[in-house]
Amino acid sequence: MKIQEADAKLLLRAQGLPVPPWTVARSASEARTAAATYLAHGASAVVVKAQVLVGGRGKAGGVKLARTADDAESVASAILGMSIKGITVRKVLVGPAAEIVQEFYLGAILDRASRRIVVMASAEGGVEIEEVAKRDPGAIHRETAHPFLGLADWQARRLAFAVGLGGVHLRTFVAIAKGLVTTMTTYDADLVEINPLAIVRETDADGNSLVKLLALDAKITLDDSALPRHPDLEALRDLGEEDPADVEARTHDLSFIRLDGTIGCMVNGAGLAMTTMDLVKRAGGEPANFLDIGGGARADKVAAAMRLILEDRKVQAILVNIFGGITRGDEVAKGLIEARSQQHREVPMVVRIVGTNADEAQRLLREARFETAATLDEAAEKAVAAARAVGGAA
Amino acid sequence: MSILVGRDTRLVVQGITGREGEFHARQMQEYGTNVVAGTTPGKGGRTALDGTVPVFDTVTDAVRETGANVSVIYVPSAGAPDAILEAVGSGIRTVFCITEGIPALDMLKVVEIVAAAGARLVGPNCPGATSPGRAKVGIIPGSIHREGRVGVVSRSGTLTYEAVQAMTDAGIGQSTCIGIGGDPIVGTTHLDVLRLFAEDPETDAIVLIGEIGGSAEEEAAGWAATHLADVPKVAFIAGRTAPEGKRMGHAGAIISGGSGTAAAKVAALEAAGFLVADSPTEIPTLLRRAGVH
Repeated sequence: MKIQEADAKLLLRAQGLPVPPWTVARSASEARTAAATYLAHGASAVVVKAQVLVGGRGKAGGVKLARTADDAESVASAILGMSIKGITVRKVLVGPAAEIVQEFYLGAILDRASRRIVVMASAEGGVEIEEVAKRDPGAIHRETAHPFLGLADWQARRLAFAVGLGGVHLRTFVAIAKGLVTTMTTYDADLVEINPLAIVRETDADGNSLVKLLALDAKITLDDSALPRHPDLEALRDLGEEDPADVEARTHDLSFIRLDGTIGCMVNGAGLAMTTMDLVKRAGGEPANFLDIGGGARADKVAAAMRLILEDRKVQAILVNIFGGITRGDEVAKGLIEARSQQHREVPMVVRIVGTNADEAQRLLREARFETAATLDEAAEKAVAAARAVGGAA
Repeated sequence: MSILVGRDTRLVVQGITGREGEFHARQMQEYGTNVVAGTTPGKGGRTALDGTVPVFDTVTDAVRETGANVSVIYVPSAGAPDAILEAVGSGIRTVFCITEGIPALDMLKVVEIVAAAGARLVGPNCPGATSPGRAKVGIIPGSIHREGRVGVVSRSGTLTYEAVQAMTDAGIGQSTCIGIGGDPIVGTTHLDVLRLFAEDPETDAIVLIGEIGGSAEEEAAGWAATHLADVPKVAFIAGRTAPEGKRMGHAGAIISGGSGTAAAKVAALEAAGFLVADSPTEIPTLLRRAGVH
């Protein structure tokens, strides 16, 4: 689960990491009030940042500076309601603009190959780490945290010296790098990223200039499997930004991802669901979704899955592919028959059920006059042909 | 011979009195697996599967009383990491964890302890393994198999069944079929299984089934290119149409930052001498083409 920048900063701050102050505003007037407060307390400008869970908001115009409260209000009013990669901005983060001296990248990820948490640092901050990895892999320095001991001080120091933070910022950097791993393990995150981690210049009340390290942006992805033991983090889920279909799928414990095509797919098992999509494509069609009903799905779950697929108006045919193991074919067939009886629009359906109780499933489907297929390839071809027939008639 | 499970398997089922545990313990027994014990803390002294299998409080008791040497775990996710540690701590050397939904950071610690103990963990979130005609451990339906000499390794459950069924229908049998699980952190990788197959005198050919995410398939391909050069090798990769940045059901199945794509995996496998199928149903044809009879 992705969480918003403001929530990620909250978690970093709770772990003692240096994060500049911020306010979340849901309207232009709230943004104005927040900006006025920061400007009155010595900030020379404020930054207004769209809070969305997709990358590239800067390029999309979702991050702007403002020098006055009036400015902040108009900038916020432009950003709120703007669409970034299909997501409507509903909230902005307002905070004092930092005078950046130098930017760095610091991130911790769950590395599958080494089965370890890997901490990465780079002197090339503020740009996407994937770009740096492609352009100049040598610019990224890595340390592997121990599963029981975390990141050792010497490892954090080695990273600091590697990116050129060996001087006055050494101790702070070591604390931040170790804190990144602690943040990860405390909240069961699989990604914690500070980009940029910046040396910023600040002027204190007496007019003295000082420099310090601050986490100016934060990105955290939480492990969905661990959310049951972090009910407080589950509350950070941004339902406003989620597709209602995703919310619906989660309540029925279905794994569902909406795509752009016209062939709805219902499958048991993630690998087989992906394969079914691939074969739809190979047969000349486009899948409308990924949908794994999971193992042991019963009739009511099948019916819920069918409703989800049919809510998508683009769907012109449905392909059901079930390889019964734990899942019983006859249960799926009953669910399909029930779902079709409640269906509000006519969509051709091709059903292929093999494995456990497949014979009984075939009998039920035959009696209910469903179109069936023997193999997965045949099912994909029939579904694509059915969608073409519907599309042609429309 | 076969690998990981076979005629010498003496299986303890952790969580045998649960709904899933009991159902699958019965299926395994009916297939011919030697299910020697079950465990559920607090239910020691009872029996399961119509009085044929003794239930113990601890895996230690089960090992001592029955000589169990392989464990399979059906306990819920909150207790599964501990169940793995219990098996390893009780001297079991081969552990299959079927349970899904275990937090990845828990698994980081578990795999560390399993490795230090010199044991092997398959999974979690895996369907288990079957050596046709000898034993099955896990949840793979026994009916799809046929005895033979092709080793199958896969991350998935039902996708594996699909591929194995196609092989069996075409008259191509299997030495062992293993599902290693779809989580980001698993105890046994594709490469680990290829090493085992390479040493198995009863495995003459390999089927590798992978999916988007990570780089385990590429690593296995690189090793196979030199160590399994003369062995017929066929592969299938799921997720050619998967969009970037979306988790496709399995916690590990995600393309991120342009890496973990199906195209990259297919290219690595082809470069390593694998024939890569476009559909699971093509696997038997490609096996024949690669020299399997």
